[in-house]
Amino acid sequence: MTAVATDTRVRLTGVSKAFGSGASSLLALDRVSLDVAPGEFVCLLGASGCGKSTLLNLVADLDRPSAGTIDTGGARVALMFQEPALFPWLTVTGNLELALKMRGVPRRDRRARAAGLLDSVRLGGFAKKRPHQLSGGMRQRVALARALALTEDDTGSGQDTVLLMDEPFGALDAMTRDLLHDEIERIWRTRGLTVLFVTHNVREAVRLGDRVVLLSSRPGRVVEEFPVPMERPRRIDSAEVAALAATITDRLREEVSRHGA
Amino acid sequence: MVHDTTRDTAHDPATETAPDTARDTGRAPARLDRELAGLDALELGGAGRPRRLAIRLWSALWPMAAAVGIALLAWQAVVWSGWKDPWVLPGPADTLPVFWDQIRTGRFWDAIALTMWRAVVGFAVAVAIGLAVGALVSRFRVLRRAFGSLITGLQTMPSIAWFPLAILLFQLSESAILFVVVLGAAPSVANGLIAGVDYTPPILLRAGKVMGLRGVLLYRHLIMPASLPSCVAGLKQGWAFAWRSLMAGELLVIIGDTTSLGVLLAQARELNNTADMISYMIVILVIGIVIDQLFGAADGALRRRWGVDQD
Ligand SMILES: Nc1ncnc2c1ncn2[C@@H]1O[C@H](COP(=O)(O)OP(=O)(O)O)[C@@H](O)[C@H]1O
Ligand SMILES: [Mg+2]
Repeated sequence: MTAVATDTRVRLTGVSKAFGSGASSLLALDRVSLDVAPGEFVCLLGASGCGKSTLLNLVADLDRPSAGTIDTGGARVALMFQEPALFPWLTVTGNLELALKMRGVPRRDRRARAAGLLDSVRLGGFAKKRPHQLSGGMRQRVALARALALTEDDTGSGQDTVLLMDEPFGALDAMTRDLLHDEIERIWRTRGLTVLFVTHNVREAVRLGDRVVLLSSRPGRVVEEFPVPMERPRRIDSAEVAALAATITDRLREEVSRHGA
Repeated sequence: MVHDTTRDTAHDPATETAPDTARDTGRAPARLDRELAGLDALELGGAGRPRRLAIRLWSALWPMAAAVGIALLAWQAVVWSGWKDPWVLPGPADTLPVFWDQIRTGRFWDAIALTMWRAVVGFAVAVAIGLAVGALVSRFRVLRRAFGSLITGLQTMPSIAWFPLAILLFQLSESAILFVVVLGAAPSVANGLIAGVDYTPPILLRAGKVMGLRGVLLYRHLIMPASLPSCVAGLKQGWAFAWRSLMAGELLVIIGDTTSLGVLLAQARELNNTADMISYMIVILVIGIVIDQLFGAADGALRRRWGVDQD
């Protein structure tokens, strides 16, 4: 693995992924190249089935690309899904402690570290609860804390960390989602995370991203990248967000309609 | 490069001084705190108060009491109909005093002790074998293909069909009974474990993979706990099969001058003593029910803790 240039945390070079083999094989990703800078918040946008999850799985090293290279320069990578995927037999703190154990945190430090993580997603009072006792939004915050547990270094910083989020708020109601946008933005800033955030919600992408990367479907290719120039904090219902979202939506529709012909 | 054009708006953590300041987010942090807390409180709702123990006991017990009452009534009705002579089929009023006398004899308790001993040993062996086989079969795909349907087939085989072979192999001995009890129960236990491993939710497996769980740790921290409810269901069914096999065995394989529930039952039949017979049958039924309830309680506690079924 070659060293990543200092201004790049994740570098995808000509990444392709095919599922199956022979005539029935499906090309999910076709020569995707993408650079993500340290501390950058990049939103990947695309119709469903365009290979967004596949791309994140590749970056998280859960799967191998058929061609091309992915370089994360030894950064710690954690992946969050649309479902919280917490272990129901463990308490909230138990879930975090298991993640810390897998990170090699010594047993005596785990409880305190887990408490700190819970505080940072503002669930300090819920350590002893079980996942099913929490609401969907709270579970997703625990899942976020678990992802942070897998990536933060011993000082609690996320400087060498890539957080991959696969439609993490897709199953939540709009009110909860809005609050979690503020929450993830705050955590991203305070910890200096690098985030690759997948969504099919255009406004969400514009609300959160420094940059929105639009993918085509079958095969997934980078169609266009949209820098988001608006100052933070942004509001998802602001006119600027709506205007850029409309531009991107038009481009996305154009892309999708190519498949109807 | 595209991200170069965005660097000025992108966040640079190195120069961040006071991270949790108001311009960090769309809302002031304190306000975000309050809003999140408020939403959490609303979404959790008011948890229903636990009911008092006496009320819970009563609501669990009265349906059972009613069922016993109805069964006794039906039994009495058959006797009243005059279908059989009272010395062939005595009513509850004649049987219950006999039952009361029976449970004050040492012989009766010796019989229960022997039968329960056999049940516990047989079930324990069946659990050990069932879990070992289930673990192997669920681990290796080849074994799965070879033995998966065989195990399910064994589960449906009436255990009494094993006795001729068991008696040939072990004569009229404890081993013959044990053999059949184990064969009756082990497939259910194995199947419970296999099903549990198979149905470990894929999303949890992905989460485990992200955490770096693999090999022994994957089994210890993910697959084993995830398969526990299915395993308990397998144990419960295994117990039911073990108990049935044991009763068949005790009636068929009578060893020397041992006293077991099966022996008492067979003797009562030889002496045409229906009241005694019914007393033993009641005991067999009650033991079966009690242990089944224990497994049911374990299963229920597990499901409540994990929130598998919420009501
Ligand atoms: N393991 C797999 N085997 C075969 N095809 C797959 C697999 N995973 C994903 N695909 C296919 O690859 C394409 C992209 O899938 P995915 O990355 O899940 O899309 P998205 O997350 O953008 O909705 C889809 O057509 C999907 O059917
Ligand atoms: Mg997806």
